[in-house]
This record gives sequence, C-alpha cells and structure tokens, in this order.
Amino acid sequence: MSSIENIYKPYLMRVEKITNEAPDVRTFRLKFANPEDAASFSFKAGQFGEYSVLGEGESTFCIASAPTRKDYIECTFRRVGKVTSALSKLEEGDTMSFRGPYGNIFPIEDWKGKNLLYIAGGIALPPMRCVIWNTVDLRQDYKDITILYGARTVADLVYKHELQEWTDRPDIKLVTTVDPGGETPDWKGEVGFVPTVLEKMAPSSENTVAIVCGPPVMIKFTLPILSKLGFKDEDIFTTLENRMKCGFGKCGRCNVGKVFVCKDGPVFTLAQLKELPQEY
Amino acid sequence: MSMEIKSIQKDSLDKLFNSLKSRGNLIYAPVKVKNEVQFDFVEKFEQITDDFIQTTQSVKNSVFPKIETLFKFVKTGKEVKMLDMDMSLIPEIVIWGIHPCDVWGFDSLRAIFTWDTHDMFFEKRMDKLTIIGMSCAKADDYCFCTSVNLGPGSTKGSDVLLTKTGNGDYIAELVSDKGKALATSMPDVFVQAVQSKKEDFLVVVEKRFDSESLIPKMQKKETFDSPFWVTNSLRCLGCGACAYVCPTCACFDIQDEGYGARNIRFRCWDSCGLKQFTIHTSGHNPREVQSQRWRQRLMHKFAYMPERNKVTGCVGCGKCSRACPVDMNIAEQLQEIDQKM
Repeated sequence: MSSIENIYKPYLMRVEKITNEAPDVRTFRLKFANPEDAASFSFKAGQFGEYSVLGEGESTFCIASAPTRKDYIECTFRRVGKVTSALSKLEEGDTMSFRGPYGNIFPIEDWKGKNLLYIAGGIALPPMRCVIWNTVDLRQDYKDITILYGARTVADLVYKHELQEWTDRPDIKLVTTVDPGGETPDWKGEVGFVPTVLEKMAPSSENTVAIVCGPPVMIKFTLPILSKLGFKDEDIFTTLENRMKCGFGKCGRCNVGKVFVCKDGPVFTLAQLKELPQEY
Repeated sequence: MSMEIKSIQKDSLDKLFNSLKSRGNLIYAPVKVKNEVQFDFVEKFEQITDDFIQTTQSVKNSVFPKIETLFKFVKTGKEVKMLDMDMSLIPEIVIWGIHPCDVWGFDSLRAIFTWDTHDMFFEKRMDKLTIIGMSCAKADDYCFCTSVNLGPGSTKGSDVLLTKTGNGDYIAELVSDKGKALATSMPDVFVQAVQSKKEDFLVVVEKRFDSESLIPKMQKKETFDSPFWVTNSLRCLGCGACAYVCPTCACFDIQDEGYGARNIRFRCWDSCGLKQFTIHTSGHNPREVQSQRWRQRLMHKFAYMPERNKVTGCVGCGKCSRACPVDMNIAEQLQEIDQKM
C-alpha cells in the first residue's frame, strides 16, 4: 500500500435497498458512489468493514454478501448503539460510508471436497451468510452443506426469504430452531436451543468442518457437543467480534494476547482460540 | 552508519537555534512553566531550559497529536463530500533538547503506525522532524532507561545528540544523514571535536531489570495467569494518566464531530487502561476489571510488541510512574516480575 494513501478515508456508498429482517434488524445493499471504486474493490468471505453515517462514527460488521455476487456489498445490523441508530434512519438512495475490506478469510479453498456444517445463532447469521452463499455458489466444490440456525423467537430469525430458498433447495440441509416459547402456532421448525438441537441432529464429523457463530452462551454449550461428535479443534471455525476502530492493527482495541482480531482474525479455529487469553 | 563527532561551543548554541529558526523550522523545546518543564514551541533561545530530569508529558504530540483530523466532510441535503487534509501544511519541526528515552519513543510509534499499512499522517509528521537530543546529566529513581537497552547517552533515533561537557561546551554526535547535513551546513557552529568521550558527563542510571530476560518471562502463560496483576493493580484508578504521558502509547479512538457545515473525522488518544476501551455495545466487556486492563498495558509493551512489532513498547522514562496519582511504579513491578517469574 502506498504511503500517501489516507487509510482512514472511506468509500462513499449509496444505499440501494433496505430489507427489514427482524425487529430492529436491517440489511442494506450498498453500491459504490464512485464507479472506479466499484471496479477496484474486491473482498473474500469472512472479511469485515467499518460502516458509517458520516457525523455519527463508524461501526464494525462483516460483509454479509458473498464475493461471488458482484456489484454490491450488503451488511446486516441490529439497531443498538449510536451508529446503528443513525444507520437505521437512512432511506434508500441515501449516502453512507464504508471502509474495508479488513481481516482474514474463511479458508474455503481448503474446505473443498468436505462437508460443511454451519451453526449460527440470532444476529450471528449475517457474519456467516457471506461464506454460506460463497460455498453455495460454488456448490460442486463441496459435499453436504448443512445449516443449523436458531433464534430466540420466529420473529428474530433473519433472512427469512433466504431461509425459504435454502429449505427449497435439495442440495442444502437447513434446520431452523427457536428457543422454547419463541415458536408461533404455524412454526414448522425445531423448538429448542441450538446445542440441544445439534446434539439431536448428531451430524458426522467425518470429513466435515464446522463453522460456528453466535452469542457467547450458545458458543459455550455448542463447542463441547461438537467435540463429543468427534470434531477436532482445527476443524471448528468461528469469527470474533471484538470492538474495533481502525481495522488494521493500530488503534489497539481488538488486541487479545499477541493477536489483533482485525488483522489476524476475525476468523479463528477453536485450536487457535485455545491459545489465546479469554479476552474476547 | 559511521558516527561523526563535532563540538559546539557553549556560546554557539544560540547560533544553532537561530539558524534553524531562520530556515523556517518550528522549534519544540523544553521550557519552564510554573514548577514544571514542558515542551512547547519557542521563539527565542532564552526560553529554553536544560535544567530538568523529565518533562511531565512526552513529545509524541509532535507526530501523533492528541487530535488528528483525518478528513473533513460537508453534507448538503443528501449529498456528502469528503475533503482531504492539506498535508503540505505540516510544518518542519526541530525537537530540541529531548532526552534519549523520549527520542526512542518515536521508534515504538513508528513500529505501530507503519505496521503493514502505513499511516500517512504519522509518516509525514515524522519526515518533517529533526531531532536534536540531549544526553542526561541528571536522573531520579523513576528512570530505568538502562533496563530497556537504552541509556542516558543513547544516540538511537536522534539526528544529533548533544552532551554537555564540564566547561559548558557540547559534544555533538552526528547520528543520521540529516544530522550530518545539518552540521555541514553550519560549519561555524559544528566545529572540530576537542572532546569525544561523553561518558564522564552522563548520569549513572541503575539497571533495575534486563528487558532481554524479562520479555520471555512476560510471554509465559503463567505470568499472564499470575495473581500478580490483581495484587499490583488494586489501587489503579483507571484514569489513563500513564498512557497520556507515555512516549510510546499509541492506542487511539476514531470519532466524528460536526460544527454546522464544518464536520471532521478525527483520531484521538485513547488507552487500554480505560474501561470503555473494549466494551461492546451489548455491554459485554472482554477486559471487564481493572487488573486485566493493567495487565494488558504491560503485556502489550513487554510481551506482544516485542513479538509482533519487533520493538519493546517502553523506553524507561518513568513518566507514567511520576504521573500516577496512586504511585504505581512500573519499574518496580517489572523488576519484581523479572526476579520472581
């Protein structure tokens, strides 16, 4: 990278499409305001960026669309803090900014010829959606693709259209679940917490990698079950979401042990996480 | 790089000052302010003092300002326009009379700001610096430069290092090409060396520990997990003063601010010692208690930076210990780790 480049200067993006996913959860489809930026931009599954309404600060999310889908990027966020509240107020056609891509990637090349088991909870499907679509778009390169997705309630499930699309596809196995009490009368999925449903599903660990992302409590109870099913620590992947500001290992915020989540991550194997202090 | 040695007579020092000033440099030098000595931009040679052990603040502000505007932006209706900063406005600065520890602080900052991606604000400001260091004739119990591979006469990082001799004249070591060029351009100031042995004029700083032996100890898992950190940070207020005065602390925040049509995105100092530094919007905080944050500060400097950035994130100036409102002494703690772990 040239030293005269301002690494803090974002791309200006046009909000092309807004999808309401769940209460307070939105997906933005963003197009580069400058066509030259669009032409030179590329990223890989697992990378993240800094999204911003100029004047309100920046917020960190993974790129939720697949690199195989060109011309745009998507992000999905829940309205929680200052920046996401400002983002929520944007309308289609408005301008916002994006900086990225940053961080490492899901090693989908290494996964070729393997079964993929995606396990996501709640708002943690978005950081995984990129790699899911990426591998689904390259479907012939992988064996079985299984997705287990859980949320607190039916309303909290994000990407409802895509869940339907994955359900309808014979080459993807999708299991959805909601926490007990979160079901609706016409709910056809599972009822139960993700780890419990996973244990019942008992997927084979043979030639399989598991990609897990969710709230800490889900991760905590899911990992032992994967181990019980025979998954090795090297075959379990996750993406960390430490607080970040710069995105390139300078501001110090996401430093965990000798690792910077923004540079060395956000994608880690369980084997790598076990080497780190529990400061994430 | 071979070092050339010259002399500057005591009466010539103001000539050096005036020449640098007349060439359009800003001069950032130690001045007495009430009971303290602080670096400030000076107009006259007479304002400068060399009668101090340490300034309260470091000089990192010169290359890593407390607030650095990254770009401006203008919002008109739904349109947003970003405006670049005019980097040509960054002035040539001479840092005058800075002690060797503070000088080497720039090296730690450089290791962070040029790590993979290059921060143009830092690099541009660094390019515009001329560093005229001054060896230390005095020290106090907080000083521990000799424990971190530096010393009161260390030339590392200076363009020119001056050492005041017994008769008031200076030994001038021309460390860098910039320093040599400066000396060549002022032959009446930088004269033939009459004296080149500076050791007699340096203060002796006791070695408290050895960073070469300390670093591998800091990198051990047992050290990280030791109750040492809780015991030694119980009185920490989490005020962040240590990071504020530190020549090497580089953690920062990025914020937006608007004044009507004048909007800026800026980078400002932050600290891993502050509770808000790592807290998520959800309320989850990866380092939720102060002992974890104090441990992070020392680990970053003595375990992580040596491995990742190939530098030690500490120059042994002791500014943090002098500034600490509850008298936590970093050298004492590092010494204890080096002895016990």
